[in-house]
Amino acid sequence: MTVRRIMGTETEFGISVLGTPSANPMLASSQVVNAYASTSARSRRARWDFEEENPLRDARGFDLSRSAADPSQLTDEDVGLANLILTNGARLYVDHAHPEFSTPECTNPRDVVRWDKAGEQIIVTAANAVRIPDQNPIVLYKNNTDNKGASYGAHENYLMKRSTPFPDIVRHITPFFVTRQVICGAGRVGIGQDGQTSGFQISQRADFFEVEVGLETTLKRPIVNTRDEPHADPEKYRRLHVIIGDANLAEISTYLKVGTTSLVLAMIEDRALTADLAIDNPVSELHKVSHDPSLKHLVTLRDGRSMSALDLQECYLEQARDYVDAHLGADADKQTRDVLDRWESVLLRLRTDPVSCRRELDWVAKLALLESYRERDGLEWDDPKLRLIDLQYADLRPDKGLYQRLVARGSIDRLLTDDEVTRAVSEPPVDTRAYFRGRCLAKYPDRIAAASWDSVIFDLPGRDSLQRIPTMEPTRGTRHHVGELLDRCSTAEDLFEAITS
Amino acid sequence: MAREGGQQHKTARKTSEEDSPPESAPSEAASERKEKLDDDVDAILDDIDEVLESNAEEFVRGFVQKGGE
Repeated sequence: MTVRRIMGTETEFGISVLGTPSANPMLASSQVVNAYASTSARSRRARWDFEEENPLRDARGFDLSRSAADPSQLTDEDVGLANLILTNGARLYVDHAHPEFSTPECTNPRDVVRWDKAGEQIIVTAANAVRIPDQNPIVLYKNNTDNKGASYGAHENYLMKRSTPFPDIVRHITPFFVTRQVICGAGRVGIGQDGQTSGFQISQRADFFEVEVGLETTLKRPIVNTRDEPHADPEKYRRLHVIIGDANLAEISTYLKVGTTSLVLAMIEDRALTADLAIDNPVSELHKVSHDPSLKHLVTLRDGRSMSALDLQECYLEQARDYVDAHLGADADKQTRDVLDRWESVLLRLRTDPVSCRRELDWVAKLALLESYRERDGLEWDDPKLRLIDLQYADLRPDKGLYQRLVARGSIDRLLTDDEVTRAVSEPPVDTRAYFRGRCLAKYPDRIAAASWDSVIFDLPGRDSLQRIPTMEPTRGTRHHVGELLDRCSTAEDLFEAITS
Repeated sequence: MAREGGQQHKTARKTSEEDSPPESAPSEAASERKEKLDDDVDAILDDIDEVLESNAEEFVRGFVQKGGE
């Protein structure tokens, strides 16, 4: 059991045209994505291939009919909004009224952080490339709400074994999702969906969740989302589409978010979770945990016990630690050990000295900053300045974003070097099918008509029809598998010939 | 309350990250640490003051998003 699996993140960025609240966000989002396309000299722009998309497939075993679906759920209809596939294997596109970046498929938490961070760099580059006469600059935010009732997502995806029964996943992941915000919450000023009740809460997203399980992502949001669209062999895999997370800026927050979640999923797959931690009323407890930054709130379990969010997280940690020790011992890989150690360390310090986590966790960093302002300036929680600090923490401009400023002055711990992030802007991970996709786009840009998670479509001279290379297995198409082949084939025709002959 | 008592103690095995001070620091060192923290906080707020948008109320009011996902 390890933290390793195929996984990635999708981030919808908040967007505004400075000083122009009436600006059309769809237009601004399209400008950003199209501007990024214009930053490369490529003459041809590959389309997104929607053939295998199935957003209405439900993990519980049925399809929602298209007529019964909310229009926002029909994400496979190509409505002509900007949609790019990048040489790092990622997707950059417009989703409703936000620019969205999906990382390429990664195999480990550290790589997820790396390509997630590359996404921030890409979106900032894109916004800076927008040149519209008489229009103010576009600013992007990595947050999840406008504090006026709207929320937008930061999703995670974890590929799992199809053989794991979905009810097992729901049963064991729900108490984990209700409580993991104490580690990976991004912090928010304002309580309630419209943020009008004053106060600080741990999570950006908690107040927007209304049901325990469901297919929707935009209304009646569920703690466990049932979208069952593996973008891979459905006999072998399911994809757990996680919509409950906050958009994190702190690298260690993202690292622990995906690392601990991947570990818990591995224990569910191996039927290794024995403790019954079922929560009596998960939706209401999700809100209450978020509303209590003192971390004292006691969650009521179905069996009558009361435990704090930290207690529940420690139960998961203990089981993971014991399981790794028992099955792998000294053979456990370095990242699995590191995730366990850091998980343990932050849980312990959240109990004894929470502010000591301010270099690692977004919500603690944000709260420490807010408390300093409250103390110095005597501000109440409803003061607009505190709301501004919350918002500006997520501003992605290097000179304006408060998270960016904290990093620049060395007040936040990092996992990655700037160079690693910059390389991930153009290079794919080497150990998933994203490698094949990314390198094809980099090497044969004029011959790729379209691509998606599970295909690359070539338009080759001398052939009437487009040639589709399926990439249904996420663990293939790696540098190990095709690196030498791609190095050797100087044209797309050579490559296609070599693959299909 | 009915916590699973034994489990919480086990997690105390690993206590400190490299840059956190020892738990049993003498009081002199502790007050030095507090002073240093206060200096740090002042320096942080000075930095942040310089970049905060000037009209907080208007800026926050102007940040209006549509739902997503």
